[in-house]
Amino acid sequence: MGIFRWVHFMAGVMWIGLLYYFNFVQVAALKNAAADGTAAGITKHVAPRALLFFRWSAVVTWLAGAALLGPRFVPAFTLQPDAALIGIGAWLGTIMLFNVWVLIWPNQKKILGMTPASDDEKNRARRVAFLASRTNTMLSIPMLFFMGAGVHGF
Amino acid sequence: MKNPLDSLWGTVIAGLVLTVVLYIFANNFLLNGV
Repeated sequence: MGIFRWVHFMAGVMWIGLLYYFNFVQVAALKNAAADGTAAGITKHVAPRALLFFRWSAVVTWLAGAALLGPRFVPAFTLQPDAALIGIGAWLGTIMLFNVWVLIWPNQKKILGMTPASDDEKNRARRVAFLASRTNTMLSIPMLFFMGAGVHGF
Repeated sequence: MKNPLDSLWGTVIAGLVLTVVLYIFANNFLLNGV
């Protein structure tokens, strides 16, 4: 179990660290960079690499978390009283993983030109990816609270 | 009404509010008898 906890923490730090990088740093930096014509440095060299580690660390975090729950997996996800707190954290983390792979990554591929998209599609993709990323930032706050409370209590 | 997720502060405050809501929900509906 110790190894799963260790991997869960390391991958989780990478996932949420990159999520906070996108939301607290890159969004504002890109706005400024677009104004002085240097956005390509970020969109071409930084964002694809950050997204690579972001989406796969999300998967590793979830899998290690599921392994860590072990026999408590079903009680947690069905919010049984003795596993309800970690269960809320697990549900929030699962919603966040869904957002990464279903909303953020497919739309980022359009934004970064990895899949073909018209300007209209790109604008829509930008908005969906942005809101999904902001939603995950919002969800990370109770997620971390309940993950901690699940182990240590309120 | 403006979407709170459009601003960083709105996002953080929304996360804190959601934490309180879930805390009350858990205490009153999930942890009864524990």
